[in-house]
Amino acid sequence: MTVVLDTVRLRLHDIAHGRSGDKGNRSNISVIPYAEAAYSLLLEQITEERVLAHFAHKGASAVARYELPNLPALNFVIDDALEGGVNSTLNLDLHGKTLSFMLLDLPVQVPLERIEEFTLGRRTA
Amino acid sequence: MIKNLVHIGCGAGFAGDRKDAGGPVVDTLATRDGPRYLIFETLAERTLALAQKQKQRDPERGYSPFLDAYVRPVLARCLANNIRIVSNFGAANPAAGARHILKIAEEIGCPTPRIAVVSGDDLLTVMDEQEIRAHRTIEGLPIGDGIVAANTYLGARPIAEALAGSADIVVVGRTTDPALVLGPLIHEFGWTEDDWDALAAGTLAGHLLECGAQVTGAYFADPGFKDVPDLAHVGFPIATISRDGAIQVGKAGNTGGCVTPATVKEQILYEMHDPSAYLTADVVLDITGVTVTQTEENVVAVSGARGKTRPDTLKTTVSFDGGWLGEAEISYAGPNALARAALARDVLSERARERGSNAEYRFDIIGTSSTFDGGTAPYPAADAATPDGDYRVRAAVSCHSREVAEDLADEVLSLYCSGPAGGGGFRRNITAQIHTASILVDRSRLSPSVHFLGAGA
Repeated sequence: MTVVLDTVRLRLHDIAHGRSGDKGNRSNISVIPYAEAAYSLLLEQITEERVLAHFAHKGASAVARYELPNLPALNFVIDDALEGGVNSTLNLDLHGKTLSFMLLDLPVQVPLERIEEFTLGRRTA
Repeated sequence: MIKNLVHIGCGAGFAGDRKDAGGPVVDTLATRDGPRYLIFETLAERTLALAQKQKQRDPERGYSPFLDAYVRPVLARCLANNIRIVSNFGAANPAAGARHILKIAEEIGCPTPRIAVVSGDDLLTVMDEQEIRAHRTIEGLPIGDGIVAANTYLGARPIAEALAGSADIVVVGRTTDPALVLGPLIHEFGWTEDDWDALAAGTLAGHLLECGAQVTGAYFADPGFKDVPDLAHVGFPIATISRDGAIQVGKAGNTGGCVTPATVKEQILYEMHDPSAYLTADVVLDITGVTVTQTEENVVAVSGARGKTRPDTLKTTVSFDGGWLGEAEISYAGPNALARAALARDVLSERARERGSNAEYRFDIIGTSSTFDGGTAPYPAADAATPDGDYRVRAAVSCHSREVAEDLADEVLSLYCSGPAGGGGFRRNITAQIHTASILVDRSRLSPSVHFLGAGA
């Protein structure tokens, strides 16, 4: 018999935070779990493929995910995410400074019994 | 005396940061023992091109327009307490910046400081435009006509040399941001050119400090998720670095903000691409082994930086004429506002198309999705906008002539009488654009030099 654990759909924003930076037409966005124990969930669910799909409407062409287990944190580098970059985009947000919150908008499936643990670091961060 | 700890505070993290941030940093540094420094980082990629244009118009300008506002309030206290100032606020004209500081000293009646000027970052003085253009750009894009500036990111050695010459203040133009911190550390600890792990630790300390309050709770606050006390008076950072490269990040006393593992982690990864290879002029920084630990309230210890051999090339930002940006906005609010805003956008779009201009246009409805969308493609996950909200229509154009930019703004203005019902709050902004590209230049082509002004010069 298989036991299926109940999971709840949350937003990445509920269990992680991050910041975006830019270089040319390339954006980097960190994703840092509030609880270190949530890192493995991020590794499993916040994949390069999902992030690329999430930024596809912006013209993103490739995503590299760097893993930093010591912090722990993930660092995403998204190519062609800035509509040409500061030189050519007409987007209000030339540098893609707001894009960390676009990534944090991704849905995640969190096991019911771990929600409290994974969101505990919030507010006191 | 063997100096084992160096204290370095930051008073500005970009060209436009708070003018009153440096005061509390200086007050706190004044209570510390040992070598103490105050840095200001004021030079974004385009800032230097604007400064070059100012210098062309007036040979005594071209340093950061914020230099006076940053230095004047803290100069007397820094000199009285032996807190040395290191900054890239020299921009395109460090010598003129240094002369202005001497003028400030005279005006406020404090002792004449000894000021070091670092020169040699202006690539146009050693390489002609043709040779610059022959370099492949990192972005893969061509360098356009009308080069305004080409300044190379110098490393920390010239700053260390300036400090060895007993400078109270070091005025630099283009240098890597972390060099503002690494330079003082090289001077104090005598780190050699191949002490890669030490140089990496100093570079990481610089990376943590260079954006000012971004490491002390600013650009971090997210109410209910990441609460930050008294953000209105956020304290700027002070790091204490030891000879063996251990870093403690704290902040100025009697200020708001916070220093926690979370604030520090966000800044560690800020503008970081491959975390095992953060390239600077002095060292290649590897942060994959870095750990952060809260050691007391508002103090976080950072350790584990590793260094690799520095690159043979230096990054140079080439700035060139980028034509014009025209922007204009008008608001619609209340019942059926979204439909009226959408109609305004469609009218603007249709009239722009009818003009047959080959300029690039964009039309947004601010209040729906105006930063997350992809220009023509919407953000798929955007919440449906309410029909009766408070919306702002924005039109933008990138073009070669000022006339086309003005023309679009005039079209938005015309909506007052000729657009949908209830439009108000028109604003326009026409800006000359500067574009940038990056090239890598053989480091042997640059010969940084240091000279002194003021006391003892």
